[in-house]
Amino acid sequence: MLNKYLVIAFIAILTFFTSLVLATPVDTYVFNDKVTEIRFNALNKELRCPKCQNQNLADSNSPIAADLRREVYDMLQQGKADMEIVDFMVSRYGEFVLYRPRVSSLTYLLWYGPAGLLIVGVIVVVLVLRRKPVKNAQKPLSNDQKDKLDQILKHK
Amino acid sequence: MGKLIRFIPLILFIALGAILFRGLSLNPTELPSALIGKKFPEFSLTSVLNASQTMTTADFKPGIKLVNVWGTWCPSCRYEHDYLNKLSNTSRFTIYGLNYDDERDQAAKWLTKLGNPYEFSAFDEEGKLSVNLGVYAAPETFVVDHSNIIRKRFAGPLNPEIWKNEFEPLIVQIEAEFLASSQNNGTR
Repeated sequence: MLNKYLVIAFIAILTFFTSLVLATPVDTYVFNDKVTEIRFNALNKELRCPKCQNQNLADSNSPIAADLRREVYDMLQQGKADMEIVDFMVSRYGEFVLYRPRVSSLTYLLWYGPAGLLIVGVIVVVLVLRRKPVKNAQKPLSNDQKDKLDQILKHK
Repeated sequence: MGKLIRFIPLILFIALGAILFRGLSLNPTELPSALIGKKFPEFSLTSVLNASQTMTTADFKPGIKLVNVWGTWCPSCRYEHDYLNKLSNTSRFTIYGLNYDDERDQAAKWLTKLGNPYEFSAFDEEGKLSVNLGVYAAPETFVVDHSNIIRKRFAGPLNPEIWKNEFEPLIVQIEAEFLASSQNNGTR
């Protein structure tokens, strides 16, 4: 019995510690100022790792992501603007590296499609609501029907 | 007209379904290279076999070049290596290696043990040239023409089938272009 509790406690401790293992890579880049560091982290979140396509540079452990992070760091140290760094990546890896695609004729549908659908939906709703109700609700009862109704009510 | 309108959602649904269904069969890892038609990036890297020798684009021989990205950590590179050895027995093009994210000892051992199809292999430990080439995995093979313009990028291991379908026609085309341009220059 005691053994059983020991085993459970052991597993519980193990599980607790595995939850502390973080899989995100840790680089030891040193920045001259806080702003550069923030820019570095922001760029790494914006840029997709070309190899592991559903991770950004900040998340990925793959060697190429590490290379690209170093590239971003180097360019920041050289005083390049964010835009220049993003352009550098796009000219090598294509638009694909951007998590937020740029607005271009190819991505109009992507950017404006949802708003367009919303407008279409609003128009449809307005049209449906403004449609005049059909006039048949006011039809009066015939004399026969009136008599029948009176009878039913009297019997009660 | 009123009845037709009722079918619009169905038609839209079928259209969307068709588009999304096509998306299922696309390969998301097949990325277009952003470098086709651009000049091969300048580099200055040491040779895998000789750490004191610095290689640059000036060390490319004239003619058609195949630049193959490889690493000893890459199983598919091992798979294509024998075929690269076979390919290197030609005077139509020269094969260059770009050793990516590797260790020099390992890479040198690989070349002596498995044969060396490369005119030289640039040792790109930090991925400087590889990043400039937009390399995202190995193996990748670039076709570079006489004037150092990148004409093709192929991701994945080479084999006779792929060579016949993807590379051979392009090599023939580049040869023809070069022949035509040199004849033009000759008659001018």
